[in-house]
Amino acid sequence: MKPAPFDYCAPESLDEALSRLGNSPGAKLLAGGQSLIPMLNFRLLSTDLLIDLTKISELRGIQPHGRSVRIGALTTHQDVETSPLIRERFPLIGEAMRHVAHLAIRNRGTVGGSLVHADPSAEWPLLAVLLNARLQVAGLGGQRLIEAQEFLVGALTSSLSDDEILVRIDFPALPRHTAWAFDEVALRAGDFALCAAAVTLSTGGSFLTGGPRITDARIALAGVADTAIRAPAAERMIRGQRYLTLELVDQAAVCARDAISPNADLHASADYRRHLCHVLVKRLLGEAARSSAAFAPSSAPVVEGK
Amino acid sequence: MPFKKRIRVTVNGVRHERSVEPRLLLSDFLRHGLNLTGTHVGCEHGICGACTVLVDGRSVRACLTLAVQADNAGIRTIEGHGNAQSMSALQKTFKRCHGLQCGFCTPGFLATIEDMLNKYPLESEGRIRELLSGNLCRCTGYQNIVDAVLMARDERAQAEPVNRQVEKE
Repeated sequence: MKPAPFDYCAPESLDEALSRLGNSPGAKLLAGGQSLIPMLNFRLLSTDLLIDLTKISELRGIQPHGRSVRIGALTTHQDVETSPLIRERFPLIGEAMRHVAHLAIRNRGTVGGSLVHADPSAEWPLLAVLLNARLQVAGLGGQRLIEAQEFLVGALTSSLSDDEILVRIDFPALPRHTAWAFDEVALRAGDFALCAAAVTLSTGGSFLTGGPRITDARIALAGVADTAIRAPAAERMIRGQRYLTLELVDQAAVCARDAISPNADLHASADYRRHLCHVLVKRLLGEAARSSAAFAPSSAPVVEGK
Repeated sequence: MPFKKRIRVTVNGVRHERSVEPRLLLSDFLRHGLNLTGTHVGCEHGICGACTVLVDGRSVRACLTLAVQADNAGIRTIEGHGNAQSMSALQKTFKRCHGLQCGFCTPGFLATIEDMLNKYPLESEGRIRELLSGNLCRCTGYQNIVDAVLMARDERAQAEPVNRQVEKE
């Protein structure tokens, strides 16, 4: 239960970190260490050199960029949870942070570390996929932008190359009238989600365009596939609708459920995960529709019926 | 063999300078390097919470932190809380509520609770249980620990009615 020996360095700039990484095949990058250190402790992983990124202040912080928000890869979950900018622009992200592991883990774990680790049931990949986040990645040859869905390749696998470092994550602004909901089911608070889901519903339009409608609907799921995924077919059933009926919400949830083929493990069978997907999507669509009624009472896509 | 690294830490107000192997965990550094065996080691992969200590005021898992990462940090372990002759306020509430039996998990709980009390208003028992979920206790069934947190929260609210960091909602 102790790591195998390794060397350690803590560069203070991104360029220095990139050159250390480029010169040391077999090196590992250390962010918050809340997934990497357990793997080193168990000797599931070993490395010749650990490059600690936490001293690089340019990789930390939450900044507005136009109407979008940029989060430095080394920003901790706790910093995001308590950020006034996140509270104002992405309350959905703030709410989701309460579900990220436990307080002591949130104090050290980082946004970028979680995305690069790419655990299929973690919250950050789910948020990135839902919010169409773009990930800025730096290598010795320069920087590139990767869409969240392309970044997350599979279970514990991202499209980051061995010589690259995730720098920051851009969360593009949501349309002005957007309601959201997030929830997950785990055995204990803070455990990995058996199924996590988040939805957004954006409304727009006027009588000139035939009356207000749901212009954008997004449904994202985690814990039910190799990576966080969207439910595009279910989203299409919602998009363009004037109202959401209970029947439609249920049909969309069934559609999301039937599109997944989750794995079974010690904690939940595949069928149970499918069931949770149905229940969560149905509940969250209803919740988002009801909260959109609060900001646009006359044009709300409220759930009609019982 | 990798070179040892020189680190300087302040633990419970006392400065230490040591050379450590990069792979040395903070939990082992505290226990074997500084002989502060009040920090307990349970699972060594961040599940049980027994090794939780305060690093620069934030609760962290000492088993998921390398000693080299604590360079220049201020650390508070259970030894910094108090002793049998003069217990900290939080230790007293644990005693009054019978918040421990065997005591193995207690140092980690106290670090977590200290951080919780500083960060959140802890408006409900449900919220307290949610925040305690990262620490495992096999003796108490948690009820008495929750009671101790409620008592500590109310004592602090009386002592310092303003200056509380207010959570969203």
